[in-house]
Amino acid sequence: RWKPRLLECEIPASNPKSLQISKPKKVNLRPHFLLLKFAFLPGFKYPVAKTGLPLWMLGLDADRLRADLNRLLAFLFHLGILDEQYLQLQQLQDESSPNFVSEVVNIYFHESEKLLRNLRSLLMDRDFSDYDKMGIHLNQFIGSSSSIGAKRVRNVCVAFRAASDQNNRAGCLRALELLEHEYCILKNKLHELFQIEQQRLLAAGVRYPMLN
Amino acid sequence: MTVEQIGSEGKDQFPIGMRVLAVDDDPTCLLLLGTLLRRCQYHVTTTSQAKTALKMLRENKNKFDLVISDVHMPDMDGFKLLEHVGLEMDLPVIMLSANGDTKLVMKGITHGACDYLLKPVRIEELQNIWQHVVRRKKKDRCNSGSKDKPHPDSGEAVGIGNVDNNGKLNKKRKDQNEDEDDERDENGHDNEDPSAQKKPRVVWSVELHRKFVAAVNQLGIDKAVPKKILELMNVEKLTRENVASHLQKFRLYLKRISCVANQQANMAAALGTADSAYLRMGSLNGLGNFHTLAGSDQLHNAAFRSFPPSGVLGRLNTPAGLGIRGLPSPGTIQLGHVQNSGNPTNDLSKLQSFVPGNHNTNILQGMPMSLELDRLQHNKSVGHIGELPTTDSTTVFPGSGNLVDARITGFSNNPLLGVTSNSLMLEGSSQQATSHTSVSAIGFQNGNALSDFTSIAPASNQLQDSKAGSQGQASPINCNAGQIIRSAPQEWNAPRKDAPYQSHALINSSIPINSAMIQLGQCLDRNNSIFHRTTDLDLVGPLNFVDPLSIKHGEGDNSIMEPSVIEKEGYLMFQPRPHGSHVPDNIGSLEDLASAMMKQADATVIL
Repeated sequence: RWKPRLLECEIPASNPKSLQISKPKKVNLRPHFLLLKFAFLPGFKYPVAKTGLPLWMLGLDADRLRADLNRLLAFLFHLGILDEQYLQLQQLQDESSPNFVSEVVNIYFHESEKLLRNLRSLLMDRDFSDYDKMGIHLNQFIGSSSSIGAKRVRNVCVAFRAASDQNNRAGCLRALELLEHEYCILKNKLHELFQIEQQRLLAAGVRYPMLN
Repeated sequence: MTVEQIGSEGKDQFPIGMRVLAVDDDPTCLLLLGTLLRRCQYHVTTTSQAKTALKMLRENKNKFDLVISDVHMPDMDGFKLLEHVGLEMDLPVIMLSANGDTKLVMKGITHGACDYLLKPVRIEELQNIWQHVVRRKKKDRCNSGSKDKPHPDSGEAVGIGNVDNNGKLNKKRKDQNEDEDDERDENGHDNEDPSAQKKPRVVWSVELHRKFVAAVNQLGIDKAVPKKILELMNVEKLTRENVASHLQKFRLYLKRISCVANQQANMAAALGTADSAYLRMGSLNGLGNFHTLAGSDQLHNAAFRSFPPSGVLGRLNTPAGLGIRGLPSPGTIQLGHVQNSGNPTNDLSKLQSFVPGNHNTNILQGMPMSLELDRLQHNKSVGHIGELPTTDSTTVFPGSGNLVDARITGFSNNPLLGVTSNSLMLEGSSQQATSHTSVSAIGFQNGNALSDFTSIAPASNQLQDSKAGSQGQASPINCNAGQIIRSAPQEWNAPRKDAPYQSHALINSSIPINSAMIQLGQCLDRNNSIFHRTTDLDLVGPLNFVDPLSIKHGEGDNSIMEPSVIEKEGYLMFQPRPHGSHVPDNIGSLEDLASAMMKQADATVIL
């Protein structure tokens, strides 16, 4: 009875830059060319078929991946990390803009990290008194977060802004800590989402090569 | 997007393709906004710099229909951008912000924003932003005073009180338009059927008109309805439509008279003498011409300038009876009659002053209608009337005196038609100037001379067109009104009469005398409306010639007859509705006069 052998296959952690999903034109059957992170963790052991190809390369996992994707999304909604605005983003992605979601999210990450750095430098400044400037930063953060659908990050920003309006430095500091934490969680989860999506596309591509 | 552009794209296309300018310094939101807008099938331009946005807007004011802008931007405050756009380009601006604070929203509204959206922006909200474009265009149209186009029902949110008011206003106008259109259509239909059957035109002879006036008096001008008038008149073969159109013309005439009377009173006071400048009105292409007319007599021009505004807008209040009574006395010396009446209008005075050139009371007879109608209105001018005979108008018709005299005699036969008398006079004068002057003069005669001028050119064209008979003599009459007008001033240089109307009369009179004129009149007859208008509006002159609308109408172009024309032109005395009795009416009186003149004047061919 054939039993797939488990192989240990190290897959380098995906680079945020590689979140851009591009449908492969041609299925590369050589496993070591595939730099995808399967499932959620690097070093994941994936089942290998008799021929030595990972099962997912055979395109049998497309459905599974889609299920995984949906499961993850539901989980994130449940946690409040994402809200339905993210679904709107997904709906905007179509043939004319196939990488729309990843584009927007990447820009969001870029801008948010800038904002966070600014906020931290403002608050770390011992002579800090310019709450208005902080308010402006926060406004932008709130706007972009809500546009992405990052609910928890947005809520923390709102609390942060409230503290800033009251010129509550301590409150602002606490809010900043919380904000940075929430932002990290969001970023990781979004990364996962993108990875699964990429794998799913690949798997779907393998199964239906004509689609490429 | 301008209305024209939208129109060119196809009205049903809108709001697809609406051009939106999106401004936001946050690239995340900007990308999202741009994509959402494109999903709504708008044409989107994005920029993160407010200054860039302003530059783009200033480059070409018609490049965008709508602006969406973030409130907080580093290089320029969103509200400032909003103000700039509102002031310079008058485009609808939608504010966008993550902060939904009431104060901010209020600030946005007070700065003139059309709407205030909160981030995250949903596609449902963006799908309705085109309503702001439509609303603004509608408001602009309202403000400009033009007729409103019925715009597609947008289901706009009634957020602003203005919108409601404008909507109501628009609706009112729309209803009025529809009413007028309906009326016009009805009359048009009425016209078409009879014309198809070639019913004989109803000639509003003096007797007929007298009866008409009597009936109207009896009923009261306010309560005079065609049906009742018809019954009172008890004339065979007169249809309600005939009476209706005649009544309409009459009403307009009264309006004009009253208005003119007012102005003439003022003018008379100011000038005291005939206004040759007016006579000299050269290119009568509209109000502007007045200015050119009398370089020397600026007062007069000014007075005339004042005419148009008050002009057509009418006074149905003037008791028709007053003027009407005066009409039916053909052989009487109208002047005397007028004097007795005590309210000669300036119009009359003008006419009379003009006439004196020929020192023919008969001429004045020619103006009975105008005189008497003027009576309806106002004051003064009696003095003027008295003056008239004394003024030396010999120069009025330089070279045409002979004709004038001949014509004048003809006047007595047709008191009713100031037109005819005027036309006679005009003929005399026109001799020199050919039909051109007559046409222009006719224009003068028009209650609000200005309108005549405007109408002259088209009228002349119309005359040409209408003159199917293409009688050679008539054709000269039809020559370009412009020429006519140009020649007119030469005519009137010498006389300085305060009687533009008289000049009209003269000019007008010249036309009828000519057999060609008669033919022309016949041509005009076809354009029933012309005659109608003439009799109603200004007995002094055959408005037929002058009234392009009537002529056009005769040609079946009902669309021209729009009240809006009155508004625009200010002076055009044309009835908004195609005369129902367009066909049946005819310039009976004109013909009568013409024939009378022919007998007396050996049919001096002016043209």
